[in-house]
Amino acid sequence: MDTYYTREHEWIRINGTSGFVGITGYAAEQLGDITFVELPKVGREVRQGEILCTIESVKAASDIYAPLSGTVMEVNAALDSAPEIVNRSPDEEGWLVRMEITEPEGLKSLLTRGEYDDYVRVLP
Amino acid sequence: MSGSGYCPHTPEQIREMLGVIGVAEIAELFDCIPPELRARSFDLPPGMSEFEMLRRIGELAAGDRHDIIPFIGGGWYDHVIPSVVDRLAARAEFATSYTPYQPECSQGTLQALYEYQTAICRLTGMDATNASLYDGGTALAEAALMSLRITGRRRIILDGTVNPFSRSIVRTYLANLDVEVLETSPSNGMSDRTAILTRLDDGVAAVIAQNPSFFGAVDDLSDLADEIHRRGGLLVVSVYPIALGILKSPGEMGADMAVGDGQSLGNPVSFGGPSFGFLAVRSEHIRNLPGRIVGETVDREGRRGFVLTLQAREQHIRRHRATSNICSNQSLCALRGLIFLSVVGKEGFADLARLNYDKAGYAREVLATVRGVSLLTDGPTFNEFTLTLPQDAEHVAERLLVKGIAAGIPLGGHYPGMKRCLTVTVTEKRTREEIDALGRGLEEALWT
Amino acid sequence: MDLIFEKSVAGRRGAHVPRSDVPRAADLPDALLRKEPPGLPEMSELDVVRHFTNLSRRNLGVDTTFYPLGSCTMKYNPAACEDAARLFSHSHPMLPLLPSGGKLVQGSLGVIHALSRLLAEITGMDEFSCTPLAGAHGEMTGIMMIAAYHRAHGNRKRFVVVPDSSHGTNPATAAMTGYEVITVPTASYGDMDLAAFKGAMNQEVAAVMMTCPNTLGLFNPHVAEICAIAHDHGALVYCDGANLNAILGKVRPGDIGFDAIHVNLHKTFGTPHGGGGPGSGPVGVKADLVPFLPSPRVTQRDTGDFIVEEGGPESIGRIAAFYGNFGVLVRALAYITMLGREGLTEVSEMAVLNANYVMRRIKEWYDIPFDKPCMHECVLSAARQAGKGVHAIDIAKFLIDRGFHPPTVYFPLIVKEALMIEPTETESRETLDAFIDAMIEAAELAETNPGELLQAPRTTPVSRLDETRAAREIRVCYPSEVRSEG
Repeated sequence: MDTYYTREHEWIRINGTSGFVGITGYAAEQLGDITFVELPKVGREVRQGEILCTIESVKAASDIYAPLSGTVMEVNAALDSAPEIVNRSPDEEGWLVRMEITEPEGLKSLLTRGEYDDYVRVLP
Repeated sequence: MSGSGYCPHTPEQIREMLGVIGVAEIAELFDCIPPELRARSFDLPPGMSEFEMLRRIGELAAGDRHDIIPFIGGGWYDHVIPSVVDRLAARAEFATSYTPYQPECSQGTLQALYEYQTAICRLTGMDATNASLYDGGTALAEAALMSLRITGRRRIILDGTVNPFSRSIVRTYLANLDVEVLETSPSNGMSDRTAILTRLDDGVAAVIAQNPSFFGAVDDLSDLADEIHRRGGLLVVSVYPIALGILKSPGEMGADMAVGDGQSLGNPVSFGGPSFGFLAVRSEHIRNLPGRIVGETVDREGRRGFVLTLQAREQHIRRHRATSNICSNQSLCALRGLIFLSVVGKEGFADLARLNYDKAGYAREVLATVRGVSLLTDGPTFNEFTLTLPQDAEHVAERLLVKGIAAGIPLGGHYPGMKRCLTVTVTEKRTREEIDALGRGLEEALWT
Repeated sequence: MDLIFEKSVAGRRGAHVPRSDVPRAADLPDALLRKEPPGLPEMSELDVVRHFTNLSRRNLGVDTTFYPLGSCTMKYNPAACEDAARLFSHSHPMLPLLPSGGKLVQGSLGVIHALSRLLAEITGMDEFSCTPLAGAHGEMTGIMMIAAYHRAHGNRKRFVVVPDSSHGTNPATAAMTGYEVITVPTASYGDMDLAAFKGAMNQEVAAVMMTCPNTLGLFNPHVAEICAIAHDHGALVYCDGANLNAILGKVRPGDIGFDAIHVNLHKTFGTPHGGGGPGSGPVGVKADLVPFLPSPRVTQRDTGDFIVEEGGPESIGRIAAFYGNFGVLVRALAYITMLGREGLTEVSEMAVLNANYVMRRIKEWYDIPFDKPCMHECVLSAARQAGKGVHAIDIAKFLIDRGFHPPTVYFPLIVKEALMIEPTETESRETLDAFIDAMIEAAELAETNPGELLQAPRTTPVSRLDETRAAREIRVCYPSEVRSEG
């Protein structure tokens, strides 16, 4: 299982033709206390870079973008009643959706862990 | 300075302040405005003292007739307002504050609005509402927009029982969006089930109806709610809050949203404003509500307190993806509504509604016995009812108006084919003598 | 403090409902009736008076406290304007719609007409509608008119352009009116980036929305050029008039290329803000947009009589039931009548003087993101303090303890740790100095004892409230039954 990152701070953990999507610890930290995750409908098709869902904190609503093109297969229903899971465990329990990847060639534009860490290190 | 602008500085203070800033005169503060952009005119009258101003405005006010007996409603009603409403709502701490962005120093407004939200939910039988919208018509338009967001559909059924002005506002709000508005004609002053159900399909976001109807007829829309829900749509019911003292609430009917104008609740008719609109919904729709919402929470010591909540829906955070562009609402009018409901109270409010019903019932009997006059429908009404006259209703209304009685709303301008219909409103403020005088006046207007 | 619903005593009654002088009517069928009366409070009149009087004491208002809430123009509301509003006896708004009914309300219609003419002269527009019920409602009315104008010329177009410093209502209005929003960044000099603006313009832009002066409290010297570029592309320009208090008698948006504007009467013209409203947002337009004004319109006949007319075939239709927040319109007319030409000019001069004075005296203590003379408000940044762990919100809470309502914080969104201060013209030098002292004290504490600021406020009925909890565990209505612990 390989994990890739976007410059918008999403991650996708790929297992075969599908992948779990979430936000990075850096993003969760920036957002502050998350109060609501507006999840997409299962079955929705998204293009790489399109808005996948929205995460709300008290003073912000932040769009989360699809790291790859694909179809939403499953959403993390636990977040409905406990959005704080994303703060507590952004990389694991706080995953947002599982998607079936339709265009794996989009991977080329994603970052590896090392590349992402370098990218974050130089952010203001 | 002259003091005419309520500016307190002395000339010496102004000199000192300019010195601190580092400029020689006031004009320099405006140097950032290029000369070619300066005002080409500012041709206003000179100012005057408050005494002179009050005399001038008083002369204008004298141009209004103050002795017209109103039997007109149509969404705007002449009800009693206990004196205490004015006294409390005029408290400067309420009147001269603004949106409670800083909750620690705004608990007065915030708690009052939380109580207001609670009162509106209890009136309408719904779970959640916001801290007020502009008025009943714009609240209805917001409800229509909300139904489109919730269902993802693009079609609305707008029933003819709804106040024609409110329908007009809904049409204006939807005109620039890719939305189809189907208007259904009422039958005998009530929602025509056949007309609505033949247009109802899986593409309809909401059916918007009104109870009591614009004609005054009282209905139970529970059957419509069931049919609409079967199709995955929503029922929006426009209500008249005073009627909710006795009438079945939208919540009890299974409606998804209840909308209304709060003018009747402690706000004077004031030539059409300000009042407030309310929009109450079932809990699952709360994140789609427009406008401010007050929520309960605790402070650092665990004490209860109130804050503006779910702000991520709103324009100042979500900008073009907000649930609405509304920012300022009608907070002080909503406060008046809460004070009114509190001092009239649970039993008093039911009595008030009953009194409206009784007075209108009496008037209905008196007027229906006038020669040539019949009721549009002999079904149940609340405090408004519609007469069918033997002549053009506008003409009759004009003859009565000359005698100082605003007898009702002629319907011809709003409903083609109803030129002889007149909708009469009787609130608790109309006396038996005034009602009898209306009866005699109508007889004279028709037959002499 | 207990909720009014917690103070309620079953069976207690307050105000008396009038006695009936008619026979009791036959009951309605049960199916039409509610099962039980709505669960309203049961209180004596005195209970109600104490409750709301004590609630009011948990609030700050302009009458109690300096209230420099940026972008909101919290000036003193003259008492005489309240008296002026009471001179009107609450005519029914349907009266002028009845045949011959207009004659009965010439006074009320006269108020609306007179205010419209004055606002047109003040802003340099040709006609006004006083119907919009708040600023954002005026914006929506304006953009709807612009849409109707373009539609009448064949194509309603697709986009509305706004600067990134704009009020959130601007892009929200554009979206509600069916437009896509193009956001133009702010340049380092504090105005909309001219090059980026030119790049954003195309023939599909319906409108450009700008606040004048802008939300950073700066007057954009290129504003006329921007209007001209917009017009060259077939777009119209909308002025968010929220900051009109800065330019009365100095600049008229209608003179410099704006096609439409709304005026927030509750800001510039001294009507009370009411804890969040009612406001009023009359909208003014140049001649090209007049046919699209909302319905109904109050106009004057050659005879001098005022009448209510339905809008013509090109009108956008109704945006509210009647003629606007009439009670607010009377107060604004009273205010303009009292101040007159000289008084209104003085308003802007003193508002700008006060803002520059405050900015100059605290600028060495705070970062000034756009360091040049401001108009009626100044925007600071607490970025320096944030380095010590003290944020704009902490400074705001500290100011409450020093007896001030805080400035606007975290707006405009483009300024980190923004503190937006609008003193208004009605505040004295003594008040400004006391506020400045408190701002300096906060900056010093941020250096020496930041923990002190994080504990503020200490003087309020509640300390800092848990907004995260409010948003996660949503409680917006007091439950009817005994609540479960949650």
